[in-house]
Amino acid sequence: MSSPSATPTKGKRTRGSNPPTPTQSEPVVFMKLMVVINGEICCSLPAPLNEIDMSSPLTYGTPSSRVEGTPRSGLRGTPVRQRPDLGSVRKARQVDLHSDHANGPEAPASEHSVGQKLVIWGTDVNVGTCKEKFQINVVGDPVLNVNCEHLQSFDADLYRQLIAYPQEVIPTFDMAVNELFFERFPDSVIEHQIQVRPYNALKTRNMRNLNPEDIDQLITISGMVIRTSQLIPEMQEAFFRCQVCAFSTRVEVDRGRIAEPAVCRNCNTTHSMALIHNRSIFSDKQMIKLQESPEDMPAGQTPHTTVVYAHNDLVDKVQPGDRVNITGIYRAVPIRLNPRQSNVKSVYKTHIDAIHFRKTHEKRLHGLDEEAEEKLFTEERVRTLRELAAKPDVYERLSSALAPSIYEHEDIKKGILLQLFGGTRKDFSQTGRGGFRAEINILLCGDPGTSKSQLLQYVYNLVPRGQYTSGKGSSAVGLTAYVMKDPETRQLVLQTGALVLSDNGICCIDEFDKMSDSTRSVLHEVMEQQTLSIAKAGIICQLNARTSVLAAANPVESQWNPKKTTIENIQLPHTLLSRFDLIFLMLDPQDEAYDRRLAHHLVSLYYQSEEQLEEEFLDMAMLKDYVAYARSYIEPRLSEEASQALIKAYVDMRKIGSGRGMVSAYPRQLESLIRLAEAHAKVRFSDKVETIDVEEAKRLHREALKQSATDPRTGFVDISILTTGMSATARKRKEELAQALKRLIQSKGKVPTMKYQQLFDDLRAQSDVAITKDMFEEALQALTDEDYLTVTGKTVRLL
Amino acid sequence: MPTVHDWINNPLGIVEDIFAQSNCSPDWETKVLEYFKEKLKDNEAASWVPSLNDVPVHYLKANSLVKFRCFIQDMFDPEFYMGVYETVDPSSKSKVLRSGKYKDVAECGHQVDLNTKNAVTLERQTFYCVPIPGESPWVKESYSCSNPARVVPSTSYAPCRHKRSYEEDEDMETQPHKQKEQLAGPQGTTDIHGSGDPKRLETEAPSSLSNAASGCSSPLDLNFPLPGEKGPACLVKVYEEWELFKVNDILEVYGILSVDPVLSVISEDKDSSLVDPMDCTESVEEQRVHCPPASLVPRLHMLYAHRLQHNNPLLPPAASEASSGFLNDVVSVRGELLGYLTHVLLGDALAAEYLILHLISTVYARRDVLPLGKFTLNLSGCPHNSTYTEQLYRVIQQLIPSSFRLGMSLHNMNNLRLVPRKDYTANRLLSGVLQLAPNTSLFLDETQLEQGQLDSTGVRNITALGNLISWQKVDYDFNYHQMEFPCNINVLIASEGKSLLPFLTPCLPCTPHSPPQCDCHVRLQPQLAPPNLEQYISTIQVSLSPSLLNKFRIYLSLLRTLDYSISEEVTKAVEDDFVEMRKDDPQSISAEDLHRLLVVARLLSLSVGHTTLSRDRWMRAKHLETLRTNRTEQQKCVNGNEP
Repeated sequence: MSSPSATPTKGKRTRGSNPPTPTQSEPVVFMKLMVVINGEICCSLPAPLNEIDMSSPLTYGTPSSRVEGTPRSGLRGTPVRQRPDLGSVRKARQVDLHSDHANGPEAPASEHSVGQKLVIWGTDVNVGTCKEKFQINVVGDPVLNVNCEHLQSFDADLYRQLIAYPQEVIPTFDMAVNELFFERFPDSVIEHQIQVRPYNALKTRNMRNLNPEDIDQLITISGMVIRTSQLIPEMQEAFFRCQVCAFSTRVEVDRGRIAEPAVCRNCNTTHSMALIHNRSIFSDKQMIKLQESPEDMPAGQTPHTTVVYAHNDLVDKVQPGDRVNITGIYRAVPIRLNPRQSNVKSVYKTHIDAIHFRKTHEKRLHGLDEEAEEKLFTEERVRTLRELAAKPDVYERLSSALAPSIYEHEDIKKGILLQLFGGTRKDFSQTGRGGFRAEINILLCGDPGTSKSQLLQYVYNLVPRGQYTSGKGSSAVGLTAYVMKDPETRQLVLQTGALVLSDNGICCIDEFDKMSDSTRSVLHEVMEQQTLSIAKAGIICQLNARTSVLAAANPVESQWNPKKTTIENIQLPHTLLSRFDLIFLMLDPQDEAYDRRLAHHLVSLYYQSEEQLEEEFLDMAMLKDYVAYARSYIEPRLSEEASQALIKAYVDMRKIGSGRGMVSAYPRQLESLIRLAEAHAKVRFSDKVETIDVEEAKRLHREALKQSATDPRTGFVDISILTTGMSATARKRKEELAQALKRLIQSKGKVPTMKYQQLFDDLRAQSDVAITKDMFEEALQALTDEDYLTVTGKTVRLL
Repeated sequence: MPTVHDWINNPLGIVEDIFAQSNCSPDWETKVLEYFKEKLKDNEAASWVPSLNDVPVHYLKANSLVKFRCFIQDMFDPEFYMGVYETVDPSSKSKVLRSGKYKDVAECGHQVDLNTKNAVTLERQTFYCVPIPGESPWVKESYSCSNPARVVPSTSYAPCRHKRSYEEDEDMETQPHKQKEQLAGPQGTTDIHGSGDPKRLETEAPSSLSNAASGCSSPLDLNFPLPGEKGPACLVKVYEEWELFKVNDILEVYGILSVDPVLSVISEDKDSSLVDPMDCTESVEEQRVHCPPASLVPRLHMLYAHRLQHNNPLLPPAASEASSGFLNDVVSVRGELLGYLTHVLLGDALAAEYLILHLISTVYARRDVLPLGKFTLNLSGCPHNSTYTEQLYRVIQQLIPSSFRLGMSLHNMNNLRLVPRKDYTANRLLSGVLQLAPNTSLFLDETQLEQGQLDSTGVRNITALGNLISWQKVDYDFNYHQMEFPCNINVLIASEGKSLLPFLTPCLPCTPHSPPQCDCHVRLQPQLAPPNLEQYISTIQVSLSPSLLNKFRIYLSLLRTLDYSISEEVTKAVEDDFVEMRKDDPQSISAEDLHRLLVVARLLSLSVGHTTLSRDRWMRAKHLETLRTNRTEQQKCVNGNEP
């Protein structure tokens, strides 16, 4: 860190100059400041940075070469682009700065620091400029984005100045950057001088917190773009010509006004100056309406909106519907005095001059934007969350806090809880496997009126990015995405549906069974590959839909038939069913103890006061934070014992079935187990998946299996019900029947054709179990598949 | 009464005085608020303040204190204004500090110094308020009668009085206080019929006038939630604690009326103004909404406001005060009301019983997503193609403070906007029928539904109704996202067969055995068949004495506010009962049924003024439910195919 004593002679220089910094200060700077160029490329890459770091003393050149350069000459004619976002600063700056120094209580200190900090700033930007040369040639956008948070950790006072006087400080930054850049790369040709764009100022503010004290300060607020205007040409410099002597003059716009020269300086004719439009200089400007994002809003109030002006290349950077963080200067338009009126309206109009846009959800379709996803937790909150996590019964606590108004179904709640946390995201794309699903899908099926819808509603309200749809009411496009022609711009716009919208969230689908087949088919891809491929009206793309699906289905016969398998009860294709990690049955248990507890629960619901309830359960906000924290900070990995336990569990599962000649587990089940174990570790805020997690995952998985994959004929758990839609016993029986039929036909000798009905009757007579027509047809079909016979109408022909 | 005139007629003068005395110390604001709070504490004093609800804007003096009973329809963005500014007298060069609070315009007869160091910028919030939607006529009349503050019309305006006799006219203008004494008593309602009508005509005059005035350009949509509403809309400027108010709250606002024509002049001036880049911040539509002419939408600078628990003029604002006295004869009133409603419901006492329970129900708490205490009632068996439902609605309207009848005709379903929607061009929340104040009754008339196709709007509307019925929430449409607003609306469905409503909602299972999501379905069994329904109902209504009618009104509003609890002992009994019932036949009673039984028991206890559940009441609730389900079963047998 440079101190005034280190550069005593340069300390009081004007802002334009750039005194060298002691080289030893540089590493500090590099460490603390990360410079992001053009919002995309970050120069924190270690290798080049070190290189520059090492070489920087060499590239500094002699001090004299810099001293002579005023900012203008040093930049050798690269056009200065005006910064309308900073207002009419070029004129006012000097004055304003001086007046600041004069008035401010810490005047001497601040003046001192302006010169001095600039140095540090400059050295720091050094890196940026190095990178920039590299960048600018490629990108061609001479913009330097600076994260204010880094600036703050580097020097709080400089940061304070930036926040308080952005209109003065940012141009100073600009100067520093440009001087350094052109000094380093005197030969580079860029479109205009480099502009500094700070972002992430202070704490990201809520629109609701803006108050009059923020006027003319640098602020960052988040919100959603709701409307953008057309491009507005705004005059920056007016060109006047005298109509008498053709003398021309330029007048700069000052605070939105042009001082029209009343007298021609050349010929002294009054009122002869006329504005020449096409020689005046205009800049682009766009009005953007920003609305508070729905998460920031207190309940029961309507969202606030703010007007934002974007200038020059920021125009058309955002579209309506985008979630953005905007850094800019908050302004109140001064009241104009109208000489014709004795009274003035006392209301200021406010707007924000945008300096930097940062789309919060920009990367959502491409990958995780870690920084934007991060939810900010206060230290205190983190401590309470940690405390909660340390409790041994945290898992039970959380699961009972989930939808407390819904009674019992503890295992289902635990399953949903694990779904909320999700597994760890893994990337196997290098080994060709692609992403590995981390989301847990759950299907609830069961009797009507067992509060499935309520559970879904609860989850939908709990998770930040939940979507709630009903199978009956949604079409394939409603779930995925559709292409729409914007009525105004005539552009094709991709509108995303529920599944894409709940990327990184949970998509709750009610009445899953009532969904049409075509709609359901899109779920196949989403539920395993976690992507959504679109090929419509000239748009072909693959969207990420890393969503967990929580679905609810009703049995076909309105009441669950315990004599049938899950597949038969809900009539869903097994290909889809096997994609659910957990399938729970919600049945009416019909026993007395249960009834009693249920009654007690319901009655207490109706007379307990609100406060009592608060005490009894964790509140929803706590649960929300807990989940959000775990999701963003905890990434559990399998420990050695845990992986052994998983292997053992899987082998055991396969063994159960193999004894009876059927397979009771598939690799999909192993993956489910891993996900569940990871989620359980997340619940404990543990970075390691341990044996207890595996145990719980096994238990839950078994519970769910016991309920949904039990073969009603044998009473054994049989996973093939879910994977092939038919239990192994049923398959065996089918096989036997086909063989019996074959034997029957063979016993008849060499007859080429047979009557269908005749054969059926013969088979029935021969068999000791009842054979239905369906079974017979299945057997025939099986033989047809073997190319043994063909069925044409009422005759069976041997081949 | 010079003091009264001071603080009512010139509140700004008082504000200025306090400001001047305080010498810029920041506590002057609290002093102002305390001053007015003190003045308004006295009930009588509060009634001297003229009300915007009854007195047309052009009768009121600009910058005087008025009150407004209103409903927050929308909240605009906060605005910054000159809190303190300095004026310079050009002749003497003396500078004076002035306050810009509670004003729309800064008076600067002198020069305003905008760049002075002493200027303070402050923030205030604007609410767009409309009269309470669906407020019954009797409520309006009763309020306006109890408010003696009549303002002498200014000489420049000659109101068109239609029917008023000369005597009445004089009476009103010269003897306001005498009239107050006359009307304040309980016999006030009898007078309503005499004097209420012409008054209302007068109130309506400006709105018809305004329509004519703005008709030449395009009519200004005042954005009332319900079609056919009348009354002043108002931009209420809130200076303190605006976070405490919510959309759909009902308030009584005391504030300074501002109708300065400058407000409108500025907006007109804009069209011809200089090339100002800032002008494009607001589109024409937005201008029209946010700065409507002050003569149509006056500004009200709030000095004091309180949220209303109810809008029943017969009860004191804090309903609990009145309860103790009234609870003594609650049983007799209930008996009378039951008799009355039985007559109205063509002799069906069971339906009348359920109707009472419905009318006193309210959502008293929410557990996660589950609203507790809602009691949606479906009265089926209403005769089709007759005016019976309309008559029934009239009767209900007579009893409760605010209500709305929505005829569920295909046309209405396909064309009405039920759910409020954000209009981003005009930057406001376009109101919809379902934007209603708490405890409003929504009467859905399903008998008007005919066969035909619902278009996408229709489906959305019906979904919204279904959400309202099952979750007591309305998802306002913000185009890019939806926002959930919890509500508390009593829904009464009159239908011919069983209502279709809950079954069309997407979140509810559509299986034949699914439990009815309307909390309660009662089939009407008429005992009488009067040849002329209309005449029959009106005879019943006429025979009802006004004092009894008032008792009914108090009864229905008051019982909603009572607290309720269940003792340990009864809890145990209820549990035992439930287990017992399940033992016999698990299909007979489900958790849903227990939910409903508990609500019925609660309402039944409250309806006789008991705040705890007793064993008897529980048995009575079970009995009622059995009667009701039996009737539905019977109907099923008769109709066969009815779900």
